[in-house]
Amino acid sequence: MKIDHSLPLEYSTKQNDQNIFGFWVFLAAEIMLFATLFTSYFTLEHRVGNGPSGSEIFEITPVLIETLVLLTSSFTIGLGIHAMRIGKQKAMLTFFAITLVLGLGFLGFEIDEFITYIHEGATLQTSAFTAILMMTLGTHGAHVTFGLFWGAGIVMQIKKRGLTPETTNKSFIFSLYWHFLDVVWIFIFSFIYLKGMM
Amino acid sequence: MDFLDRFAVPNPSIAIYASMVAIGLTVVAIFAGLTYFKKWGYLWREWLTTVDHKRIGIMYLISALIMLFRGGVDAIMMRAQLAVPDNKLMDAQHYNEVFSTHGVIMLLFMAMPFIFAFMNYLVPLQIGARDVAFPRLNALSFWLFFFGAMLLNISFVVGGSPDAGWTSYFPLAGNELSPSVGTNYYMFAIQISGLGSLMTGINMITTIIKMRAPSMTLMKMPMFTWSSLVTNLIIVTVFPVLTVALAMGSMDRLFGTHFFTTTNGGMDMLWANLFWVWGHPEVYILILPAFGLYSEIISTFAGRNLYGYKSMVASMVIISALSCLVWAHHFFTMGQGPTANSFFSITTMAISVPTGVKMFNWLFTLWKGKIRFTVPMLYSIGFIPLFVIGGMTGVMLAMSAADYQYHNTMFLVAHFHNVIIPGVVFAMLAGLTYYWPKMFGFMLNERIGKWAFWLLSIGFCLAFFPMYITGLDGQARRMYTYSEATGYGALNMVSFVGAGIMAISFAIIVYNVYYSVRYSPRNISADPWDARSLEWATHTPVPEYNFAITPNVASSQAFWDTKKKGHELFSGELEKIHMPNNSGVPFIMGAIFFVWGFSFIFSLWIPAIISTIAILVCLVLRSFEVDHGRYISVKEIEETEIKLRGVN
Ligand code: HEM
Ligand SMILES: [Cu+2]
Repeated sequence: MKIDHSLPLEYSTKQNDQNIFGFWVFLAAEIMLFATLFTSYFTLEHRVGNGPSGSEIFEITPVLIETLVLLTSSFTIGLGIHAMRIGKQKAMLTFFAITLVLGLGFLGFEIDEFITYIHEGATLQTSAFTAILMMTLGTHGAHVTFGLFWGAGIVMQIKKRGLTPETTNKSFIFSLYWHFLDVVWIFIFSFIYLKGMM
Repeated sequence: MDFLDRFAVPNPSIAIYASMVAIGLTVVAIFAGLTYFKKWGYLWREWLTTVDHKRIGIMYLISALIMLFRGGVDAIMMRAQLAVPDNKLMDAQHYNEVFSTHGVIMLLFMAMPFIFAFMNYLVPLQIGARDVAFPRLNALSFWLFFFGAMLLNISFVVGGSPDAGWTSYFPLAGNELSPSVGTNYYMFAIQISGLGSLMTGINMITTIIKMRAPSMTLMKMPMFTWSSLVTNLIIVTVFPVLTVALAMGSMDRLFGTHFFTTTNGGMDMLWANLFWVWGHPEVYILILPAFGLYSEIISTFAGRNLYGYKSMVASMVIISALSCLVWAHHFFTMGQGPTANSFFSITTMAISVPTGVKMFNWLFTLWKGKIRFTVPMLYSIGFIPLFVIGGMTGVMLAMSAADYQYHNTMFLVAHFHNVIIPGVVFAMLAGLTYYWPKMFGFMLNERIGKWAFWLLSIGFCLAFFPMYITGLDGQARRMYTYSEATGYGALNMVSFVGAGIMAISFAIIVYNVYYSVRYSPRNISADPWDARSLEWATHTPVPEYNFAITPNVASSQAFWDTKKKGHELFSGELEKIHMPNNSGVPFIMGAIFFVWGFSFIFSLWIPAIISTIAILVCLVLRSFEVDHGRYISVKEIEETEIKLRGVN
């Protein structure tokens, strides 16, 4: 494996460069996935059947907390990648750990939100609106959950192997993923919650 | 007993019991054969664990051919049922299952792997690369496709086949109107193989953008590689839409949600829209690589550079963009109003313009060429007029007002077979014959191949042209029978005869393979067709590293330049070559996905949870694995090169 030292570690081999490019293409597919979910959401938004509508079940407080927590985690992972670039392994691991904890917190609030909805009679089976709401949020939530395990795996690998072309490459790709989930959340926040509460 | 009842076929017949026995015997025979000839190790080491793009390509090819036969049997059964009025060969339910399976198999499990076969085999060779960007992912794509296809194929003996059409429209495909597990099979089999297709899309785009030989600029890529790039861009754009649609459909059927139901706010037309947002681009995913193959073949056998290279590329890009803006032409009659219908009418008709550009480019390539009428060339030349007819009936269907007359009649069936058979199937057979010597080291017999071509073409015209007429007369599609008074009998009999001739032609192709394996000379050159593009600059058989030295190309016809203009393709020193290691994980993951899909189809929640966890464990293991691949030393390369040069 040829290593080009003029580039940051995560870009330093040809395979690394391909991995990052490939992941961008994957993110393009993810954008299409969420775009489809959003389109379906807008189509089914007002088809509430006998169930509640968005304005009846959405609550601003937990959603705001979720937003703040996730946005902060996007910031901390950015710091983590910065630390990685300048070779500070310990700082990087700390920032990654904070990111994952924040992710976990987000997930906790989201699960609580789901439980509340179900108690209020808005289950997956209630109406087309509740189904698409839960599917859209659930897809995002499942991505975050997956990210938690993935991120934890990367942290363990860096602890064991240090900052190598492989581990930095994985961390960088993971950070792209995490930022992406944040962007999706901003759309969810604006076009599902805020729009729904208006 | 209740538990086992769920796996029983809801509408059994003698034919199904016979198939069960046949399947059982075949499996036993394969296992016995492998054990007797001690081939288990060979199979595992050389094929099941391979990450070599060429071998994966060949596995796609074999699967596609097998599926062609499965789908072909369905087709013959349908034509036999319709051959005479009031036929009792099949009942309505059985007929529904047969046409649904036929459509799904032919499009997703025959045509798709066929194009993936060529993409896998050719793209790295055409761009001077050693493999694809993510070889292990490539193997996973294949095994996901394979096990997805297997899942659908067992449906007719375990639990029942899908019976709501290949389009699976809701509410027909909902639990009330399709109570058997058949539609669950549809949802999960396509979901699993669709995941594989999406991964191939990502893999191929990365390969083409990042792994071309340094001298090969985008506009020096061979045309098939261009068509693959555009196709894979479409795949990455639209497959996620299908993923979501299938997930919603599965949830409606398994968890009682209301996405596509008619109660509690559900919206059946959402399925139709999502399905066709994927479905129409999907037909272009199939046809563009076919166009790519024709471009290669026509320029080789006309002995001329492809006419209008830039306009070929531009037209493909325009087609790919337009293909995402036409989906509603599949349901003009569903009442979205004149404004929307006019919009989709116009975009649909607009697609025929870039398609026409390509037609003229092929004709101009042929113009003044010294044409050699080999089997691949016959298919390509047959394609041109036949596809034009299909395209023109497409434009007829695209006029939304007129479509009220044609929609859901045999006219539509004639249209899409008219574009898919001369378009996609001919291209695949042409490509198969053309690249066969590169893949296997001997040629297919030309004389037998020509018989197959002529019979296939005549059979095709006899089978499908009558449907234009009966369709205009009002014969509906997907009807299992018709009365004598309608007068459709005679033309349907003609169709049946045509279908029979097509079947004979496929049998001849199989015979040709057998004949050529036995009698075809093995001492052919690496370039038996006097071809032009880079893939022909490799040895036959192609060594696992493809090119000992990364080629230096000057045009899209790099090999021709070398032969005729003294261009030097390979210069420089040999260096050790990095290659990926084989792995059994993709195969195992594919098998777990099979169990995963099966568990969901039958709502077996405990195995579903276990297999989900098993899939995640595979991912974790992959992440923690340290695998730096291996190197082929210069000495080894030299030995291989000397040996291969000796053959030629
Ligand atoms: C000039 C190009 C084409 C035009 C204008 C065109 C137009 C149309 C229209 C309007 C329909 C819907 C008709 C109806 O449901 O009443 C249709 C159906 C269809 N077309 Fe085409 N088409 C073209 C090329 C192709 C190609 C290249 C393929 C495949 C390789 C294709 C495959 C299909 C299929 C599979 C269906 C029917 C699907 C179904 O309902 O089961 N078409 N086409
Ligand atoms: Cu279409």
